[in-house]
Amino acid sequence: MSLSRPEHLRGYLRSDGRKGIRNLVVVAYLVECAHHVARKITASFDGQPVHLIGFRGCYPNAYAAKMMAALCTHPNVGAVLLVSLGCESFNRNRLFEEVASTGRPVKLVGIQERGGTGKAVAEGREFVASALESIRSVPVTDLDFSELVIGVVSGGSDATSGITANPATGRAFDRIVAGGATAIFENTGEMIGLEGHLSGRAVTEGLAGELRKAVEKAARYYAVMGHGSFAPGNAEGGLTTLEEKSMGAYCKSGTSPISGLIKPADRTGKPGLYLMDIVPDGEPRFGFPNPSDIAEMIELIASGAHCVLFTTGRGSVAGSAISPVIKICANPETYARMSGDMDINAGKILYGQATLEDIAVEIVDKIWEVAGGAPSCSESLGHQEFVLEYKSFEPAGPACLPV
Amino acid sequence: MEKLFKIHPDDNVVVVKRRIEPGDVLLVSGVSVVFDKSLGLGHKVAAAPIPRGAKVVKFGVHIGSATEHIAVGDHVHLHNLKSDYLPTYTLDHEFVKA
Repeated sequence: MSLSRPEHLRGYLRSDGRKGIRNLVVVAYLVECAHHVARKITASFDGQPVHLIGFRGCYPNAYAAKMMAALCTHPNVGAVLLVSLGCESFNRNRLFEEVASTGRPVKLVGIQERGGTGKAVAEGREFVASALESIRSVPVTDLDFSELVIGVVSGGSDATSGITANPATGRAFDRIVAGGATAIFENTGEMIGLEGHLSGRAVTEGLAGELRKAVEKAARYYAVMGHGSFAPGNAEGGLTTLEEKSMGAYCKSGTSPISGLIKPADRTGKPGLYLMDIVPDGEPRFGFPNPSDIAEMIELIASGAHCVLFTTGRGSVAGSAISPVIKICANPETYARMSGDMDINAGKILYGQATLEDIAVEIVDKIWEVAGGAPSCSESLGHQEFVLEYKSFEPAGPACLPV
Repeated sequence: MEKLFKIHPDDNVVVVKRRIEPGDVLLVSGVSVVFDKSLGLGHKVAAAPIPRGAKVVKFGVHIGSATEHIAVGDHVHLHNLKSDYLPTYTLDHEFVKA
């Protein structure tokens, strides 16, 4: 399993000192009206590291602006093309300046200003071609495992998720944190009933209170969304209590102390384990906090995740723009059916062919391989999913990042 | 092949990983247990005696309390386990009111 695990890691050095495990060009549309032009530009570089991201809304949104800036200056990103219609309210000049200040090649193409679709596509293609050339000279340097930021999500869960993939991933998370790296978990909506356990892992009293408040906020928010926490199907699958159901997902976080609470696009502090609070602040306004698994991955990536672990029982095929996604399949039958999409077969545990610890070791080896440049399954299949919706957040309080 | 699986060493329940059929005789924590009903993937079986009121532990964490004495090999579910979770908010709060 660990045949292709490299001895040493190398990373693309960025001007802020962070290092990427990929070196790609991002094409970002700044309103849905510019999406087609951005997609046309990206499509002409099929098979090359050119990823399409964007924000569809015309009305301004501070969260979206912060997310786009964080994504465009992610360590895996080497150059950025911004595609603007021209009359949208996204602050394109500020985003341009934020990217330019990092020394990355960046260009802003305004469709109205350039004279329409054809001319904008041509100009965008020209920039991307030259950017692909110029990012080849980005300095490559030693990358220590401790410099990695790893996120985790789950999607398409089933009765096997809480038995195999999630507890094994929790053990992998313990190894990642013990290895001095940064690990981020999220989805406070899946922690309802576990506020006491969660807050008991905080490194300070102040953080403990913040963690508890974050889960209480999620419980309120989901109640308003009409999204109950415990469904009859859960009991048929053998789950008895809300704590137990939540634990099946929350065990992905492992057992390490929790060093901080961040919000999407916030940077983590010192290496360690962090919880990301993805539930918006204030009264519910823009709908579900996480309308799809993709939104959760993109938020983890905006906070610097080099790579995302994705546990699935029923078999999600999703990947992501910007950072590779490692699929950990909980269900052996799903694995047999969809093995081309799955990096790790945690379902072996059910057949007695592996222990939770064995799978944890496989996961960490796979992180090394992928960080060393080997494509994950979703990456080699060309998955580059992206979604960014409206949200609103208050800044995290001082107690949230004690270290 | 084993049909039961312990997720965490501290757990006092094990999880069914392959369907148990009526008449199956399985060794649970050294006790030979005859199962009289089918139990599907994900269901819990006591791996230790759990007195009434004691915590049921899975994932190494309390997932609720026993509502009656649970013997080794007993199915652990809604009939003998209840949640300890008391929400610190109420659902008839300001947001839900029409």
